Amino acid sequence: MPRLRKGRRGTVADSLWLYGRLVSQSIRAQLQYRLSFTLTAFGGFVTSVVEAVGIWALFERFGSLGQWTLPQVAFLYGLVNCAFPISEALARGFDVFGKEFVKTGNFDRLLLRPRSTVLQLAGHEFQLQRIGRLSQGLAVLAWAIWVLDIDWNIGKVLLLLFTLISGVVFFYALFIFQATISFWTTESLEMMNTLTYGGVETAQYPLAIYRGWFRGFFTYVVPLGCISYFPSLAILGIVDPLGSSLIFQVCAPLAGYGFFAVALLGWSLGIRHYTSTGS
Amino acid sequence: MLGPYPAIIAVRFKMLLQYRAAAWAGFSTQLFWGFIKVMVFAAFFASSSLAQPMTFAQVLVYIWLGQALLALLPWNVDQEIAEQIRGGGVAYELLRPLDLYSYWFARTLAFRAAPTALRMLPMVVFTLLVLPLIGLEEWALPPPESLASGAWFLVSVLGMLALSTAFTMIMHICLMWTISGEGINRMMPGIVPVFSGLIIPLPLFPDWLQPILYWQPFRGMADVPFRIYSGHIPVTEVLPEILNQWLWFGVLVGFGYWLLNRARRILVIQGG
Repeated sequence: MPRLRKGRRGTVADSLWLYGRLVSQSIRAQLQYRLSFTLTAFGGFVTSVVEAVGIWALFERFGSLGQWTLPQVAFLYGLVNCAFPISEALARGFDVFGKEFVKTGNFDRLLLRPRSTVLQLAGHEFQLQRIGRLSQGLAVLAWAIWVLDIDWNIGKVLLLLFTLISGVVFFYALFIFQATISFWTTESLEMMNTLTYGGVETAQYPLAIYRGWFRGFFTYVVPLGCISYFPSLAILGIVDPLGSSLIFQVCAPLAGYGFFAVALLGWSLGIRHYTSTGS
Repeated sequence: MLGPYPAIIAVRFKMLLQYRAAAWAGFSTQLFWGFIKVMVFAAFFASSSLAQPMTFAQVLVYIWLGQALLALLPWNVDQEIAEQIRGGGVAYELLRPLDLYSYWFARTLAFRAAPTALRMLPMVVFTLLVLPLIGLEEWALPPPESLASGAWFLVSVLGMLALSTAFTMIMHICLMWTISGEGINRMMPGIVPVFSGLIIPLPLFPDWLQPILYWQPFRGMADVPFRIYSGHIPVTEVLPEILNQWLWFGVLVGFGYWLLNRARRILVIQGG
């Protein structure tokens, strides 16, 4: 029997406590299958190393990407490949929501419990195996910072951390959107992969190389550029060929939180639309 | 002469053609990926004035054919076969009066070909004909270098299908070693795209890597057919490349057979 905790349900402290319990249970469950876990994590590591090798090979061949050098692009790559796997690990419940909750009717059970659906799904699974991709992203980011001669000050360090956290929040919001859509479509849509995995691919390169409509979409509709490209310009001290100001670059990551708020709003609308598939 | 195998292929093929909605979703996803890749390569080509081993038009061919034929590459396994091995259903397969390798090969062939058949045509039509019409001609899939190149491309796609099926078979057989087999298969989405050329076209890798990239079977699963189409491999040099595909096919089938015989000895039927 789990320990029951006295105190009022639904307070922030109580939710955090419950979330912590769910996460620790999930981690313990995954570590029961150690070999399987290790192989999966290693597989994720290899897959993302391969993408990095591709970028390296292109720089070997072409020398530079516009005014960008390999270490500068590696910085962008590292940034997004740290934020995304953390989100993936945390948002697994939303990622599989269509397949495992809506299609099966299991979502009804969540609705019956005296806790918010967001909390239950957030704690559904903590995917430890994403550490494979994360470690690769961290390694590339560390290499980029090592090689680049960045003029560090406390502001830049804070901006880097702020950008990383905003990136995690941004991708988390994408997973919530993906889950929300399955209220209508039942299945998770493969098309959402264009925004999650496609977003990671897009953000690995400077936004300035893309077409105007594409940049506009990933700045104003889905603010991917705001958690990668724009703050990176400020940290790396690069003058934006698109002409964005320093103040915009520093504040841009805030868009990630706005996006998250919109996602939560959409989620509550989706729940109202939900009709069970179960019998 | 071929016995029941054409029928097995036909039945599986028809079943897999049912997933049309998934194919449409896949189409738009792959189109989007294609656009990202095209823009990235356009930017790289604009950054260097040096002559490259491939032209941008040849890279366009590589990108769009890669998107069109993506499902043909051996990066995943047939979940039904995986389930048979996991659940013990493989015992029934062994009881059939069929050679297990040939039987699974026929199923695997359909598993690789059917989703591709659904996805290839819309992608080729869209990138070859529609993109120029909507003002994106500089991103469009160029037509084959010549009629002969186009014909040889189709021949090499057959080799591509054969090679990919033989490799998927090895992945299936590896699953008989349960956990380590799954581990090996989890590496494939990392390994296959690099060595086949889907991450970046093989000729664009550094020159010192080229000998290594030449002597491996994945090249025949993307790089060779795509370069035949674009004329990067001229018609006069096509024949050795096609032979090379089938040579590797022989090696992979031989290895698969050998592996399956070993697997039978260690096979534990799970379930009662």
